[in-house]
Amino acid sequence: MDFVKLFNLPINASSHGHEVDMIIYLVHVLMLVLFVGWAVYFIVVLVKFRKGKNPAANYRGVQSHITSWIEIGVVIVEAVLLIGFSIPFWAKQVNAFPKRTDTVEIRVIAEQFAWNVHYSGADGIFGKTDIQHVDKQSNPVGLDPSDANGKDDVTTINQLHLPVGKPAIIHLTSKDVIHSFSLPVMRVKQDVIPGISIPTWFTPTKTGQFEIACAQLCGLGHYRMKGFLTIHSQEEFDRWLSEQSTAGKGGEEGYDDFWN
Amino acid sequence: MSNDPHNSHRLNFWQKYIFSTDHKVIGIQYGITALCFLFFGFCLMMLMRWQLAYPGEPIPFIGKFLGENRAPGGIMLPEFYNELGAMHGTIMVFLGVVPLLVGAFGNYIVPLQIGAPDMTFPRLNMASYWAFLAGGITMLVSFFVPGGAANSGWTSYPPLADIATTGQTLWILGMVFLITSSLLGAVNFITTIFQLRAPGLTFMRLPVFVWAQLVTAFLLLLAFPPLEAAGILQLLDRVAGTSFFLPSGLMVSGEPLEVSGGGSVLLWQHLFWFLAHPEVYVLILPAMGIVSEILANNIRKPLWGYKSMVYSVIFLGFMSFIVWAHHMYLTGMGTAINAFFQATTMIISIPSVVILTCLFISLWGGSIRFNTPMLFAVAFLPMFGIGGLTGLPLGLSAPDIHLHDTYYVIGHFHYVVAPGTIFGIFAGIYFWFPKITGRKMNEFLGHLHFWPSLLFMNCIFMPMFVQGLAGMSRRLYDGGAQYAHLQGTLNLHKMISMSAWGLALFQLPFIINLIWSMCKRNIVTSDNPWKSTTLEWQTPTPPGHGNFPVEPVVYRGPYEYSVPGAAEDFTPQNKPGG
Repeated sequence: MDFVKLFNLPINASSHGHEVDMIIYLVHVLMLVLFVGWAVYFIVVLVKFRKGKNPAANYRGVQSHITSWIEIGVVIVEAVLLIGFSIPFWAKQVNAFPKRTDTVEIRVIAEQFAWNVHYSGADGIFGKTDIQHVDKQSNPVGLDPSDANGKDDVTTINQLHLPVGKPAIIHLTSKDVIHSFSLPVMRVKQDVIPGISIPTWFTPTKTGQFEIACAQLCGLGHYRMKGFLTIHSQEEFDRWLSEQSTAGKGGEEGYDDFWN
Repeated sequence: MSNDPHNSHRLNFWQKYIFSTDHKVIGIQYGITALCFLFFGFCLMMLMRWQLAYPGEPIPFIGKFLGENRAPGGIMLPEFYNELGAMHGTIMVFLGVVPLLVGAFGNYIVPLQIGAPDMTFPRLNMASYWAFLAGGITMLVSFFVPGGAANSGWTSYPPLADIATTGQTLWILGMVFLITSSLLGAVNFITTIFQLRAPGLTFMRLPVFVWAQLVTAFLLLLAFPPLEAAGILQLLDRVAGTSFFLPSGLMVSGEPLEVSGGGSVLLWQHLFWFLAHPEVYVLILPAMGIVSEILANNIRKPLWGYKSMVYSVIFLGFMSFIVWAHHMYLTGMGTAINAFFQATTMIISIPSVVILTCLFISLWGGSIRFNTPMLFAVAFLPMFGIGGLTGLPLGLSAPDIHLHDTYYVIGHFHYVVAPGTIFGIFAGIYFWFPKITGRKMNEFLGHLHFWPSLLFMNCIFMPMFVQGLAGMSRRLYDGGAQYAHLQGTLNLHKMISMSAWGLALFQLPFIINLIWSMCKRNIVTSDNPWKSTTLEWQTPTPPGHGNFPVEPVVYRGPYEYSVPGAAEDFTPQNKPGG
């Protein structure tokens, strides 16, 4: 079933997104059944037992115990949604991470009001970082210039590029306040908490240009803390990454306000 | 003794109406003050709705009065938008709804319903009101300090709140006053309900409203102290250079933050939600109580499943202390903790379903009168139903990944609190107005208030579910205009804003009704105009100082309507005999 169309959701571009959409759908079926059931009963009862139609009330009211069965039914459906869908989903998608051999692993460092992206480059090792080296434009994540591992690292501002079909593991940290890293088309949303590095992961299934949104109030520029997500084919991604490492670190003016 | 009925005539104006220890006067003081705050909080929202519908356009008429540091040229600044958001939430919850439910209705009605002459601690009761007023004034004053009022959301998450402008300090001080007020009230309610029930009024004969107030008082008493502690810690972070909520290595606007660090950002969230989730039930339980009273009275039969309702209310109270972290699913939780909080959240939905079902089933077999209080009470049921049901996808962590912090959440909790609780409050005002003033409110104006309010409430909050499913985040100054994936649902902002202003327009019949009915001579001829069974109606109207001329004795349960063989279709609780 096309849940995206049914609920007017953002398109789904990740391997696990359909599962999230399906659980959204299943919960809404439960909600709809309960609501329609109650609503029909409600209207009937308000018409049938209005004072004009029923001048004397019945002291005893409903005698049957059908409502107990309805409540037991609700408990069972909720238990199925919980144990059958939601908890297993969390265990395998949010709490467990794919094997590290075939993944892209990057860091995203949030700040008021931008997303700094840090790639480890050809050696696959992230260079040391420290806030004393931070420069807003030329060294946004604070790479240590004396660390050899950092020489080939690539950093961008607001530009997140990933290859399609490969699990992407993103380590999220924040320089200042709480942000929330939201990729609506990937069905990914993860709070970014200062002082903690929190990993999140997903596998993009579609190439294209998508958006990164901040989902947690982070100050006056919260509304414009938008990032740009580009999903490439593997070849295109490799080409992009090598261009970045030769082009030098950081960005230039106007670099960060569209997909580049 | 201040609550001795025999010396009430010796009190002067100040003692009688301003520094009164009479629970009824305090209730009215709370009611009038909180209604003003409720209206003020609504006005803040109407300003925000302009910015959301017409981002970056000057606010008509009032824009130029807001000042250059809030809205230069009438165009709202993002800083001011964030102030409005934080203060709308704070004012509506802590200065509007809770003081109305607990301070006004609880104070006025509970002692009357249990046959007591007053609260056990009348002076604490007075102190509670004045602490509340001090908290409210502190919050209002905070708009005029440099940098304006608090602007980090009503949740005040650090580090943002730690590094925010001075308004945040005043927010914390205001909260300390409000928490003090609530704690004084809570102690009073608990002791009053335990100690001052009339002879024969056993716990299982208490009206549902009293039960709701009792559980609410326990929630306030047990949940507020952690927030008060957290507030003091945040205050120290802000003014004394501590780092309770600040980790090491922070960097703000390109400069390292000069703090010792080592604190925990998430500690605040745990302490905050440990209060704020029980607070959700503080916002809803008394409204359920009001609705139960009015429903029973207007269906002219006993409530169905009274005992199930009472046990459900108690169970809700307990459970509300172990669901708080469902507000924090996306903070990096493991499966075990996550599963625990999902399970408790699903479990807490069960007693809510039971209460709602009991109220629905109660309607069957009734002889239903549709007066204004009943219309609001009846509308509460499906509105609260929608609010409750839309909590399910948020309570399960998998769908919450997509819906967390979106307009879906705003729609969900507003259905609970606005057409839910606030309709309950309106129902209560129309219902108890004759007891409080000796006059009835106008039915035509009541209908003119109810029907458009019902329509506009739904036009405001229903589209938010659509926006939320499309992925629209909360608290965006331009309503999400920056984002390509939200373009399809942006136009709904206009409809929502128009409906909000429409809702404001149709509160005028209520305000006119309230003032006009107080002045007009439509005096009720009976002390019990709704032919009700509970004790508050078995007093003179309005009740004098000390409430009951003779202490009532209770012989039966609270909702003995249409008893077979009885002469009338209602048998008051204090009527002697079988």
